[in-house]
Amino acid sequence: MSTQDKRREDLVDTPSRFPVREVVLFAALLVAILGVYAMMGTAYSTRMLVEAACYAILALGLTIQWGYAGQFNAGVMGFVALGGFCAMFFSVPVNDAFWGSELPGELGRVLLYGVAAVLVVIGATRLDRLGVPKRLRTLIAVVLAVVLYLVVISLMREVTGEIQSRAGFVGGLGLPAWTGWIVGGALAGAVGYFIGHICLGLRSDYLAIATLGIAEIIKAFLKNSDWLTRGTATVSPLPWPTPGPAELGFTLARALYLSITAVMIAVIFFLLHRAYHAPWGRMIRAIRDNETSAAAMGKDINRRRLEIFVLGCILMGIGGGALTTFNSLFDPQGYLPLNHTFLVLVMVILGGPGNNLGTIFGAVAVYIIWIMSEPLALFLMQLAVSIGEGAFGWDAPANMDSRALQARVFVIGLLITLVLRFAPKGLLPEKVKHHG
Amino acid sequence: MNELVFFINNVVIAGSVTGSIYAIGAVGVTLVFSIMRFAHFAHADMMTFGAFMVLLLTAAFPGVGAAVGLPTAIVMLPLAMVLTALLAVGIDKAFYKPLRAHGVKPIVMVIGSLGVTLMLQGLIRLFAGTSGQSLYIGERKEIFRLALPFEGVRAPIVITEPQIILFVLTFACVVGLHLFLNRSRLGKAMRAMSDNPDLARASGINTNTIVAVTWVIAGGLAAIAGTLLSLDVTFKPDLSFFLLLPIFAAAIVGGVGHPYGAIAGGFVVGFAETLAVFNWAVLLRPFRDSLPEWLAQAGNLAFVGTEYKIVVPFFILVAILVWRPTGLFKGKVI
Repeated sequence: MSTQDKRREDLVDTPSRFPVREVVLFAALLVAILGVYAMMGTAYSTRMLVEAACYAILALGLTIQWGYAGQFNAGVMGFVALGGFCAMFFSVPVNDAFWGSELPGELGRVLLYGVAAVLVVIGATRLDRLGVPKRLRTLIAVVLAVVLYLVVISLMREVTGEIQSRAGFVGGLGLPAWTGWIVGGALAGAVGYFIGHICLGLRSDYLAIATLGIAEIIKAFLKNSDWLTRGTATVSPLPWPTPGPAELGFTLARALYLSITAVMIAVIFFLLHRAYHAPWGRMIRAIRDNETSAAAMGKDINRRRLEIFVLGCILMGIGGGALTTFNSLFDPQGYLPLNHTFLVLVMVILGGPGNNLGTIFGAVAVYIIWIMSEPLALFLMQLAVSIGEGAFGWDAPANMDSRALQARVFVIGLLITLVLRFAPKGLLPEKVKHHG
Repeated sequence: MNELVFFINNVVIAGSVTGSIYAIGAVGVTLVFSIMRFAHFAHADMMTFGAFMVLLLTAAFPGVGAAVGLPTAIVMLPLAMVLTALLAVGIDKAFYKPLRAHGVKPIVMVIGSLGVTLMLQGLIRLFAGTSGQSLYIGERKEIFRLALPFEGVRAPIVITEPQIILFVLTFACVVGLHLFLNRSRLGKAMRAMSDNPDLARASGINTNTIVAVTWVIAGGLAAIAGTLLSLDVTFKPDLSFFLLLPIFAAAIVGGVGHPYGAIAGGFVVGFAETLAVFNWAVLLRPFRDSLPEWLAQAGNLAFVGTEYKIVVPFFILVAILVWRPTGLFKGKVI
């Protein structure tokens, strides 16, 4: 308690100091970026910056969940994959082999059956209003749900098998990529609403477990629905919203894409900044810092929590869409918990949860380290192997490269535990203002 | 009758196997949850670590098993349990204790345990590679085929040696845990601490000892679960995130902080998984003639494909969180 009081006084004493720390850190970051440009060439470095910018959007999504509201989302990967799927589905050219046949009608019919089945089951759960005993109602609803589910799913299997064998996959809609990003954000928000609605009233651990699960489920679905996403066969190329490398060359095309993501970050940053300092932001922080007193002030805690969780998920969906479109490849197996959940987590807790500027700093800095660590890990492993062979006659296994990359998993884990222990507020801590 | 044998092989035996493994895993999770009050995400990787220790020891002393008459891996299991328990206590000292000393929120402990799980994953894969390996080195997995003494039954009931060992060990764990929690001083102190930590401390229970004992038990159980899983199929270093969800679902279904509930929850989740991927059309086959055409024609009546197995524990988790967040057996910590 006493340490907390002291820290508060410090902040009150220096409410509007010159931001030395921010300037120093961002200057160091600029030097690092310039160093990468000098070493690796412009095309490679611009690609790195675009990816870092997409990760910054993901990190902003996580920072409002974790930093503003104290909710821990362990399934960023799932929302990223949803955004990526929507970006793919909306932007890929129309598949005439599918739309030219009678298959769209059949698929629509089965989906309609599905909707009808859901309505029937929901109706069955309301039977008690007609005087049916509650137990009988539950029994009827469960049996009906199981039977209708089996019927719809077997019809679905037939149609999807037919699509797969005759048309390959459904194909896209041929729309601009940004429509996919927006819909991806909306879809991610809807999934977030479903999860949040169930878990946010309970212990915070349950949210982590549930999001971890939904991320694996989304990935499994995208990986195995060959009729929708071509599964492991992957879809590429995905059209960009800007002129591609074929017309402008790599550097210029990537720089254009970078400007789009930069505008997106600027808009999101501005809106979040306004929201953070608005009464809404104060309320969110009040709930995070002291739930009981916020509830006593008459704030609807669960509703606000749900709002902020869904908002974060929407940002993750948009960021995932932008990232996948940039890679120009939709590969469901390419979404990994390490790259798309824990890397983002490190960005947020290292940069400063709850501080948007710190989060963006963390995103770019950690991404540069991450990208540069790959050749470094390989080099160190080669060194270890050559020393081992020379000194001890050690026979190195053949898959050394893939093992070297696993060392990065260890480093990310170590980083998380160290930051939590020694710098729990991150490099750029959230500045709590006190109004006299 | 052949269909019934098929059902026994694919549902009863397979369900009990996965159920026992989830149950042993969930007991560890629920004990940590009730004493330290956070969801320990590194449990699945502790399981993998235990199995990896067994793998190393088996590779080092391949001949031991033949002398005793058991698979070498089982002979090495106690040693691996000790090593995993040491690892668990060490992790607690190095990473969780400082966080606890700072008095952080439970959710920060959860993130810390995710960091630990990544470190373990990285280390294990660095040394073990990423491909699967069999724990039977230079030995043969014994498979028993029990033919049924009925007329017209051609398919035998198939059960393997590790599965029998698994059932025996699960039973031994459950009985041992029951005796420990109800009869021994330490076990009673553990229950007291899970009920009310402040009261336990005030009544003179050394909470540090209890925490260490909890980690020893959790580590030992994790080693057993991981080894049995690897014996039944193969040792895979990258299973952890697929194991976490069913184990947590089992712990929550049983009621968090409730060891017997976790055992029941493990079997509920295990059987639900196998029942959901079972093709029910097989059981309809004998009645083919008396069924309507459309039902007899149905080729695949499984609820979900095997590739969507992970959906099952998730929906169990969602259902229990919606209807009964305290779990079937009324968990204590919510």
